[in-house]
Amino acid sequence: MNTMRISFLGLVCSVLMVPAAFAGTLDTVKSQGFFNCGVSQGVPGFSNPDADGNWSGIDVDVCRAVSAAIFGDPDKVKYVPLTAKERFTALQAGEIDVLSRNTTWTLSRDAQIGLEFAGVNFYDGQGFMVRKDSGITSAMELDGASVCTNLGTTTELNMADFFRANGMAYEPVVFEKADEVVNAYDEGRCDTYTTDKSGLAAQRTKLADPDAHVVLPETISKEPLGPVVREGDGDWADVVRWSLNAMIEAEEFGLTQSNAKTECALTSNPVVARLCGKEGGTGAGLNLGDSWSYDIVTKVGNYGDVYEKHVGENTPVGLARAGSPNASYKNGGVLYAPPAR
Amino acid sequence: METDKSKIGSFLFNRSVQGFFYQIITLGLVALGIYYIVTNTARNMLERGLASGFHFLGVESQFDIGMTLIEYSPTSTYFDSFIVGLLNTLLVAGIGILFATIIGFTVGIMRLSSNWLIAKIAEAYVEILRNIPLLLQIFFWYFAVLRALPKPKQSLELYDSFFLNNRGLFIPDTVFGEGSSIIFYLLWITIIISIGIFIWAKRRQNRTGERFPAFYVSTALILGTFFISLAATGFPVSFEYPELKGFNFKGGVKLIPELVALTFALAMYTASFIAEVVRGGIMAVSKGQTEAAKSVGLKQNLILRLIIIPQALRVIVPPLTNQYLNLTKNSSLAAAIAYPDLVLVFAGTALMQTGQAIEIIGMVMGVYLFLSLFTSLIMNLFNRFMKVDGER
Ligand SMILES: N[C@@H](CCC(=O)N[C@@H](CS)C(=O)NCC(=O)O)C(=O)O
Repeated sequence: MNTMRISFLGLVCSVLMVPAAFAGTLDTVKSQGFFNCGVSQGVPGFSNPDADGNWSGIDVDVCRAVSAAIFGDPDKVKYVPLTAKERFTALQAGEIDVLSRNTTWTLSRDAQIGLEFAGVNFYDGQGFMVRKDSGITSAMELDGASVCTNLGTTTELNMADFFRANGMAYEPVVFEKADEVVNAYDEGRCDTYTTDKSGLAAQRTKLADPDAHVVLPETISKEPLGPVVREGDGDWADVVRWSLNAMIEAEEFGLTQSNAKTECALTSNPVVARLCGKEGGTGAGLNLGDSWSYDIVTKVGNYGDVYEKHVGENTPVGLARAGSPNASYKNGGVLYAPPAR
Repeated sequence: METDKSKIGSFLFNRSVQGFFYQIITLGLVALGIYYIVTNTARNMLERGLASGFHFLGVESQFDIGMTLIEYSPTSTYFDSFIVGLLNTLLVAGIGILFATIIGFTVGIMRLSSNWLIAKIAEAYVEILRNIPLLLQIFFWYFAVLRALPKPKQSLELYDSFFLNNRGLFIPDTVFGEGSSIIFYLLWITIIISIGIFIWAKRRQNRTGERFPAFYVSTALILGTFFISLAATGFPVSFEYPELKGFNFKGGVKLIPELVALTFALAMYTASFIAEVVRGGIMAVSKGQTEAAKSVGLKQNLILRLIIIPQALRVIVPPLTNQYLNLTKNSSLAAAIAYPDLVLVFAGTALMQTGQAIEIIGMVMGVYLFLSLFTSLIMNLFNRFMKVDGER
């Protein structure tokens, strides 16, 4: 009944909390020496705990970047695992300060639910996974299928749209927790499992026999995933937004985790010098020290470092970056950071 | 002077005046508290850009639901999704209560059996089921059900009309054709007449001591009328059989595995508590009653039906009400195994899509509160009915 607890907490908080209490998240975070980052309950490559409870993944690294920017230390973060259903209430109730948990940026979430999206760290789309022995090769063959998915996601709405648009029938089987979706699908309750394609690639590693399943070619939606903060605290949103931007821009200018030290010592490029914190005083506007972006790159890595480490082709998740929207705009992708100056 | 003072004094120290005064103060504080909560919530919500109000209830939900007892599609409104969830909750609670009662009474009576084995089996049932967390039991039954059942193409079947697979149990649907409404009217009329017969039989027995076989007479009446009217209208009933089409069976009535597993788990779990309530209730009836009944020559099953159970029920009903309420509230664990109940559909999907937590959680809490009060009311009425006459 964790969910009920959180919803209730959300209720109580929105009832009792004085608005002013939400004004200065950055100040609060600085004085308490850490912040709370909402993550998934375990999506390999995105936010996943190891046996010792250490979290890793590209979503986790957004929080680590924010921590590095504020404290010069990427590990001043407490991770709070949340189901898709709990995540927004937890953010609104102040239980977490950043939500970095494969969350899709949509109009209603942005405008109606009191959230503010701080950027996109993964461009995704919804897909379907089926058992290979079912012989299905296209999502258009799914008429009448039972479809397993997660409660409280864009996935639920997209699949309704998809089947309706194509005049097909289906049976939604909607679970609160992702692991239960995986289990039920694995046990044969559903003909197909649908979620973000990145999520399919990640969750597939949890199946009894990952090779017995295949992700269908169709992508039925746009799922720009990114970190989220509470609406109404612009300074805090700026810190999160620019922490992510710095990772992307560092890659655009060839500054990586391994070469940053030497590059920063030698560089004559003013953009790189700004990222290295040697020029421009970019920290002042964010109420951070000037080495904020240097700390991100050296302690967490640039976007490419983080991508290849957690979800790239050489990881179990195995998502090729080249040719995908997540490639830098310089390589034909849509990843593009506004200038940090 | 003296008298005036003491008058004021006695006025101030008058109990009812004091009581009135404190009530006014309490009322004022509560009103102030509510005012504070409402205005503060409204301001907070505005400040954080949260939508509010009940307009969303009329908006298209745009999501689908796996099991609906009424017509529903993504173009139906959020209010419709509320009704769908509510009906699904009522369905699982209703069936759960029925089975929990049957199993609970059986196990409770078994525990009192003089047969050692039967008593021990019942005891083991109670001890095991009561002590394993309900959520675990729900998962256990759910995955046990899924694992045990075959895929749709290898369905177990009975007479080509009942099919069982890991998508659910498919049974033929009865389709009532033209002219069948008369049958239902007659059915209702005979049921009402039967209730009348019961009341009359009881009155007569109280007056004259003569027994009347009300049960047999009314059963014969109901069934007889039903079949005669069926025959008279030329059997306007047909069956729609489930058929394997593509991925699954279409047509007929479908019982999804989530419903089966959830009802099963809720009924088995709650039955273990009900068994204890029943055992306690029966043990509260003194031994002398049984002995007295035996000495006037009543048979064993009549002793149970006429002497023990009516007296035990008076002890059983209040805690039994509690168990019914628990079962209803526990049914909200449905979300764990994808049974689309009120909490999953409305406090889950609808809440996530609209973000209107206060309105939605408010409505859901209202429903559970209403169900609790309603169950209590029914059981209180029943309890009053069961009281020994002199006690009324
Ligand atoms: N991007 C979608 C879906 C996100 C989502 O929750 N996906 C599931 C399936 S991959 C998930 O991450 N579950 C992990 C968990 O609940 O721990 C959204 O924002 O609504």
